[in-house]
Formats: sequence, C-alpha cells, structure tokens
Amino acid sequence: MVNSVIALSVPQLALGYIFIIVILFILKKRQISREKELILATFRMTFQLVVVGLLLTVVIDNPHPLITLLIVSIMVGFAVFTVFRKFKGRLSTALKKVIAVSLPVGALSSLMYFLFAVIGVEPYFNPQYVIPITGMIVGNSMTGVSLGVHTMMNRFTDNKEALETALHLGAAPKTASKHIINESFDAAIMPTLNNMLGMGIIFLPGMMTGQILSGVVPTTAIMYQIGVMLGILGGVAFSTFLSLRWGYKTFFNAQDQLR
Amino acid sequence: MTYPLFYFQNVAYQRILSIDKMEINPYEVTCIVGESGGGKSTILKLLNKSISPTKGTIYYHDKDLADVDSITHRRKVLYLSQKPYMFKGTIKDNLIVGFNMQGITPPKDETLEALLDKLKLKKRLNDDAQYLSGGEAQRVALARLLLLDGDVYLLDEPSSALDDKSAGIIFETIVDFSLKHQKTLVMITHTKAIANQYAHKIYTIDQGHISKEEDNG
Ligand SMILES: Nc1ncnc2c1ncn2[C@@H]1O[C@H](COP(=O)(O)OP(=O)(O)OP(=O)(O)O)[C@@H](O)[C@H]1O
Ligand SMILES: [Mg+2]
Repeated sequence: MVNSVIALSVPQLALGYIFIIVILFILKKRQISREKELILATFRMTFQLVVVGLLLTVVIDNPHPLITLLIVSIMVGFAVFTVFRKFKGRLSTALKKVIAVSLPVGALSSLMYFLFAVIGVEPYFNPQYVIPITGMIVGNSMTGVSLGVHTMMNRFTDNKEALETALHLGAAPKTASKHIINESFDAAIMPTLNNMLGMGIIFLPGMMTGQILSGVVPTTAIMYQIGVMLGILGGVAFSTFLSLRWGYKTFFNAQDQLR
Repeated sequence: MTYPLFYFQNVAYQRILSIDKMEINPYEVTCIVGESGGGKSTILKLLNKSISPTKGTIYYHDKDLADVDSITHRRKVLYLSQKPYMFKGTIKDNLIVGFNMQGITPPKDETLEALLDKLKLKKRLNDDAQYLSGGEAQRVALARLLLLDGDVYLLDEPSSALDDKSAGIIFETIVDFSLKHQKTLVMITHTKAIANQYAHKIYTIDQGHISKEEDNG
C-alpha cells in the first residue's frame, strides 16, 4: 500500500543539515563568498517552517471559523503589501487602492468558488484545506497582479505618443489603453499558462508531490492538483483583470487627459 | 458680426503660456506664428482639451471648456500633432485608426485612396506605415484627420517635413477643404508667407504671450 509514510525524525533531519555543512565547506575552499546567504537562508527556512508548522498544528487541531478567517485575511493583506513593496514607492496612491481591492476580490472569489463549489470543504472553515489552498491561490494571484501592473506602468511610459495620438483623435481612455491592458494581461497570466503546459512532463507540481510523499494515492493527488491549478488560474486571471480594468484609469485625470 | 468660436479669458498654462484675450472665429483660417518654444503647440493642445489651463477660462461656443465632455470635444476639434505618430500596421490601418478609436464605420477604400491621391502621396493602402518618410507620415496623419468629421482642425506645422512645392499643394488642399466644408482652421506655421496667403487672422506668439494680432483681409 502507498499509505505508509516515513515520518522524519530530528536525527534524520540533522543528516540533512550536515549535507549543507559539506556544501559550506566546499564554498569556503573555492572562495565563493556565499556562506552568509546560505546560512541565513537555511536558518530562516527552518525557523519559519517550524513556527508555521506549530501554528498550523494548533489551528488544525482547534478549527474555528474566526481563526481561519483571520489567517486568510493576514495572508491576503501580506500579499497586498508584498506587491506594494515590490514597486518601491513607484505606485501612485490611486493605483495602490486599485491593487488593494482587486487582489483580494479576485483571489478570494476564486478561492471561495473552489473551496465550496469544487472541493466542497466541510466544515466550510476547515483549516486543513482552506489555509494551504489560500496560500497557493493568493500567492499566485499576487505574482500575477505585480506582473500585470508592472507591464502596464511600463507601457504607459513607453507608449506615450501612441496614447496621446489616440486621445487627439477622440479615443476614450479605455479604447486608447486597450492594447496596453491586453498586453499586460498576457504578461501576467503567461507564467501560469506555461506552468500548466509543462505540468506533469517537465516537473511534478509541488502540492501533488507533497501529497504523494505523504501517502495520498496519485489519482487523488492529481484530482487535487487539477482543482487547485484551475483555482490558481482563475485567481490570477480575475485579480489581474480587475487590477488592469480599474488600474488604467489612474493614468488619466477627470478631464480624460494623460497624467 | 459673428461671435468667436473660441475665446480665451486670462488663460495661463503653468509658466509656459499667459494669454489675457484671444479669439478664434468660426469658418475662418487662423494662423499662429512665432519663435520656437513660444507656446504655439501649447495653445493647440488647450483648444483640443489635451491639456487644461491652470488659470483662466477658455470658452467654446460660449461654454466653459472645463464643463464640456473632453472626448466629445476632441471628436469635433481635431488636433494634428507636430510629430505625427504612426501606429503599427499598414497605411490603411493608420488612416482609419480614428474611426476605430471612435467606434464608427470607416470609409471605403476608394475614399481613402482618393485622399492619398489628393495629398500627392504615392503609396498603396497596404504598405507598411513604419517605413514612411517624415513627410509621408505627416501627410498620412493629416489625411486621417481630414477623414474624420470635425468642425475644427488644429494643425501643428503640417508642412514642417515637406519641400516647398509639396507644402504648397498641402495648404491649398487643406484650405480648400475647410472653406468648402465650412470648417474652422487653426494652423501653426513657421512660414510667414503661408500665413499671409491663407489666414484671416494671424497671431504672433512670443515667450508665452501674444505679441501681435493681425487681421488679414
Ligand atoms: N508638459 C510640459 N512640461 C514642461 N514644459 C513644457 C511642457 N510642454 C511644453 N513645455 C515647454 O513650454 C514651452 C512652449 O512649448 P510649445 O511646444 O508650446 O512651443 P512651440 O511654440 O510649439 O515651439 P516649436 O515652434 O518649437 O514647436 C517650451 O519651452 C517647452 O519646453
Ligand atoms: Mg510646437
């Protein structure tokens, strides 16, 4: 049976760290000065996962709708701020507002649809399902929105002449920006689409791998992966679409002039 | 006496332009001349509502331009920029881009070809617009403006990339077109002779101010 899981013990993991020490040794010898980063990354990964693991254990053992809601909100809020930080102050206030609305709305509506309609999580706040799936959908939507908004900002700068000419000829801002919106949308969902194209051939998706490793039969793991992938695509597409649909307007003023 | 189509009242735009009073009459040809950097293009952009005055009021048909819907206004008061921009695609794409942008049906190919012919542009509709010379692009940009049903045409140095002979033909065509179809024409030109030949009124702009206003026949 596939159901037997080898639970890793602390001494076993220690062997894993020894491997990293060997690598550190090699780096030192070759005078590749990346020891600091390697140590920091190993330490942070360990620390963060231990904390999250403990938290998740508590949360999953004591399921409560408010706690699930709180965690989902923190994840979404964190995603929004991560996008803000990525742009290092280049976002206008108006565009920040757009992101702060479109990312949660897009990601959460897709999330809810997949949790409740597709997977049918019971009870609806079951943290064992809600939290990991939220992570995947929100994380990918965050990347999508950043990519989309980034492309849109660049296009608005680079295509100034085209935009101005379109406006001179009586185009509504929406018509004048149509190309930009479409191109930005493409750029945003391309990674997700490529990911889907390569899935199962070039690589095995992380969630599915994890499930199989933990003893879930591959057919079930695949069904979940497909469901989650559709949810990710939905979340990325919807949140990006909203951020562009509302975002292009921030490049024009009330008199339909370019800012 | 006709009342002016456009009327500037104590208008300023940033520190670039400051005009206490300026009138543009309907169905006339108004020329704007003056030194480079004086603020001529800025005036046309204000008229097209691509920009709005930072001070004062511009009246159009006796209405404050600030209260007029910008998009509707730009469809009636069309602006040909000093540096014509060609969109990706063919000459035809560029000729009908205004129609697509406004969501209206473009004219037939024969109409487009006839206009190219009139502007002495020996190109086919399916030619790539990216490879047009400066003067050719300028004429395509002019043509796509004339095809649209505007009331006012704002032309920013429409002949700057043309030789004297081509420029003569272009001005002849534009003025002919606008008088025949009852259009109002506002042109910027560096050639005083052109202004003297066609304009009803000539404004000279100097460092953001009107330094001279001439009625010309
Ligand atoms: N958006 C802007 N921001 C800052 N300065 C500007 C802006 N637009 C124009 N200017 C400046 O305003 C002045 C007037 O510009 P404008 O284009 O109206 O001149 P012009 O009379 O059309 O000149 P030319 O004959 O060379 O075309 C110039 O000094 C220009 O650099
Ligand atoms: Mg100019």
